[in-house]
Amino acid sequence: MRILPLIISSIVTTGLVVALNTKLLLPAPLGKLLSPQQGVWQNAESSEASFSEDFKFPQLTGKVQVYLDDRLVPHVFAETDRDLYFVQGFLHAKFRLWQMELQTHAAAGRASEIVGKIALKHDREFRRLGMVYAAESSLKEMEKDPQTKLACDAYTEGVNSYISSLTESSLPLEYKLIGYKPEKWSNLKSALFLKNMSENLAGHDNDFEMTNAKNYFSKEDFSKLYPSYQDSLDPIIPKGTIYGKPSIELKVPTDADSIYLNKTDIAVTTQEEKPDRNNGSNNWAVSGAKTKSGSPILCNDPHLGLNLPSLWYEMQLHTPQLNVYGATFPGAPSVIIGFNDSCAWGVTNGGRDVRDYYEIKFKDKTKREYWYDSAWKKTEFRYETIIIKDSATYMDTVAYTVFGPVMYDPSFSGGRASNSRYFSVRWKAHDKSNELKTFMQLNRAHNYEDYLSAISNMKTPGQNFVFANKAGDIALRTQGEWPAKWKGQGDFIMPGTDGTYQWQAMIPFEETPFQYNPTRNFVSSANQDPADSSYPYYLGRGYPLYRGIIINRRLQNINGITPKDMMALQTDNYNVFAEMAMPLLLNNISESGLAANEKKLLRFLKAWDYNNAPYSRGATVFDVFWTNFGKLVYDDEFKNAPAVILRPYESTLLQGILSDPTYKFLDNISTPEIETLADIATIAFKNSIEELEKAEMEGRLEWSKFKDTRVNHLTKLEPLSRLHLSNGGGTHSINATKSNHGPSWRMIVSLTSKTEAYGVYPGGQNGNPGSRFYDNFIDHWVAGSYYPLWMMAAGEESSNRVQWKMSFTN
Amino acid sequence: MKFIVSVLVIALLSLAVGLFFPWWTIAIVAFIVTSLIPQNPLRSFLSGFTALFLLWGALAWLISSNNEHLMASKVALILKMGNSTILILATAIIGALVAGFAALAGSFVRKK
Repeated sequence: MRILPLIISSIVTTGLVVALNTKLLLPAPLGKLLSPQQGVWQNAESSEASFSEDFKFPQLTGKVQVYLDDRLVPHVFAETDRDLYFVQGFLHAKFRLWQMELQTHAAAGRASEIVGKIALKHDREFRRLGMVYAAESSLKEMEKDPQTKLACDAYTEGVNSYISSLTESSLPLEYKLIGYKPEKWSNLKSALFLKNMSENLAGHDNDFEMTNAKNYFSKEDFSKLYPSYQDSLDPIIPKGTIYGKPSIELKVPTDADSIYLNKTDIAVTTQEEKPDRNNGSNNWAVSGAKTKSGSPILCNDPHLGLNLPSLWYEMQLHTPQLNVYGATFPGAPSVIIGFNDSCAWGVTNGGRDVRDYYEIKFKDKTKREYWYDSAWKKTEFRYETIIIKDSATYMDTVAYTVFGPVMYDPSFSGGRASNSRYFSVRWKAHDKSNELKTFMQLNRAHNYEDYLSAISNMKTPGQNFVFANKAGDIALRTQGEWPAKWKGQGDFIMPGTDGTYQWQAMIPFEETPFQYNPTRNFVSSANQDPADSSYPYYLGRGYPLYRGIIINRRLQNINGITPKDMMALQTDNYNVFAEMAMPLLLNNISESGLAANEKKLLRFLKAWDYNNAPYSRGATVFDVFWTNFGKLVYDDEFKNAPAVILRPYESTLLQGILSDPTYKFLDNISTPEIETLADIATIAFKNSIEELEKAEMEGRLEWSKFKDTRVNHLTKLEPLSRLHLSNGGGTHSINATKSNHGPSWRMIVSLTSKTEAYGVYPGGQNGNPGSRFYDNFIDHWVAGSYYPLWMMAAGEESSNRVQWKMSFTN
Repeated sequence: MKFIVSVLVIALLSLAVGLFFPWWTIAIVAFIVTSLIPQNPLRSFLSGFTALFLLWGALAWLISSNNEHLMASKVALILKMGNSTILILATAIIGALVAGFAALAGSFVRKK
């Protein structure tokens, strides 16, 4: 034996293995990652891969057959609900496990466990908002109800059966790349997933930003910059609807108007992460009187952040008592948006303000007692332990008052509150509710009464539920359990010492605005105000107006409707906002003094047909010009404003100049001259030239290239994302596709005796980036095409649409 | 002859242990094989190196071709390795180096 060479070469070998198996020396454990039998190569799914497989699980009570079609959509045929939801959980996990875990970790404020310190602020924010507290209270309700408990239990078992079957080599790609392993699923995780949707859809507020604005501006300017009602509004429930006398009489606190005037110490200078204000959607239903077939057609396209793997997963769920098809959430049982043999339904976000802040006065720094209605009240505490990858664990103590958790305090400003004061959040999503029951019942609904009973469970996030059935009914209800607010309540931070500022009651179900078989023969919603100002409860402000206007105009003027017409409408790029703004603005841009190339850019604008078509250059010119116009009008007024402030909505500016060409804010207050609309429009156009010429030089003047739509992988890793998609549309178009946000599931259901349905989402059924089913729907979605949705019937097992079969037995 | 036998045995055994054990067990395989089949150190090193270069290279290439290099081209970009061919080569070389050095160590076990 040659000892020395043996020792040296053994050390070299061991060193190599350690280096290649850990992140000690290399940024990634390359040996482990690239081992062909265990590493990422195992995630490279063969293009001939078969998904057919036989499974045995003792938890099942009978046989379950799953037929996978050519788009990898599973058609699940089970004998009992229990088996059905078991297999739904199993399939969600098989195709989407990593995203389910990531999203529920993020919801629970546990992202730091996966990605490290960088997520600590997010985690603290979510813990302090009380996300886990809210999910726990929801879980209690879900488990009290036998129907939802059974579904959740079976679903969780299904997910866990899949997790137990995982080996080093079959782990999803992202676990290997990041270097961790999945933990067991639980019913709490399903509750967290749904609570995450509440945060996404009902977590938006501008209370600090509005409070600062109210302090900063004079009363007169404030009401002009932030009007609580827009004239051009075409509400969800049409103007002129008669509302009864409200059953709740609200007592307005005596100092409500003046309380936050001239208090200027709230602001700080950075911005927190906030749910996208544009988390919106379109839905509508037309009655048989307007369709070619004589049966209703229902359409829905929820607009959300566009991610890979997609938020949605398509499925058909079938038992002897149930047959439903649609988009499901990997993370929860049942179908969320879809149709069954009798009816169809869809949602848009209700968008009312259900998250308010109260300033708390603690007795001392221990936060053990706070002043409320002339007495010291005891605080409750929740201790949050945040585990951080590669770092020490972070402990956070969150005080709870009668309102809810004290989200912002000197230890955590969230980038928006003051670092010296205490703010408790009152959030509707903390209240007891069982939203899952809504979907369980809708999946089984036959008629209008079933629909009403189902959606009465939907409390937060409030949604505009559209409905149509084969009996010919259409309906839309602005559903949610909404706090009855006095005018202006919750627009600003409220005092936490005075109980009269509390939410006093919830609006009764009977007083929720709705429409059922209206004479106009259609119902629609696009996140605009639910009702006009004659509705007796305060509805808040800041609703998007324009998609609603164009949808209603189009629906009013079309008859003999076919599903094809509805596809054209869902993908309509017409920009009604530009239609309203352009004539006035064009008249006011002075052409004299423009250089040749500037004139050319102006011609693009003049020749534009208000379509945000992918190739349109006019749309780009308008977009840049309008942004510059808005800046020019308001920048002078906001020059010394606190950083945490709300800028006026686009609709406010447009209404302002349309109704008054001498709109007060047009004048630049830092110059001695009084600027007119013509001055400002012309300067704004000139200010746009530099950006436009740069875009032109880089070949990005066409709208789709300028907008540059992308669908990001949840890690934002570019190689796993789809970039530079050539979509038209935009914020104010029915096709509300923005750069990373837009129609996340387009669905059209014609309720003829044999249902005819179409749908598409920007993703693919398999969450594995190494699969050809990872993003195969995207090009179809970009092109505005649809797939026929196949509601498979018993007896069609040998159809050539069935590509693979999975069978599950006990 | 010994060289070819060593290469074949190391490759086949590595394939087998890879089904059940962590990837680095290829080092143990290479070490044992060259300690049992005597060759000079250079030849031992080369037999381990060649065996895993061929095995991992072939496996990666086969998997990747069946996948139309979909996964490899994405992961290659994430790992900053340019394209799928480089990723396959990197895979082959990593296996080869580990097995090569283990094989070298194995050759020193025998008394010369």
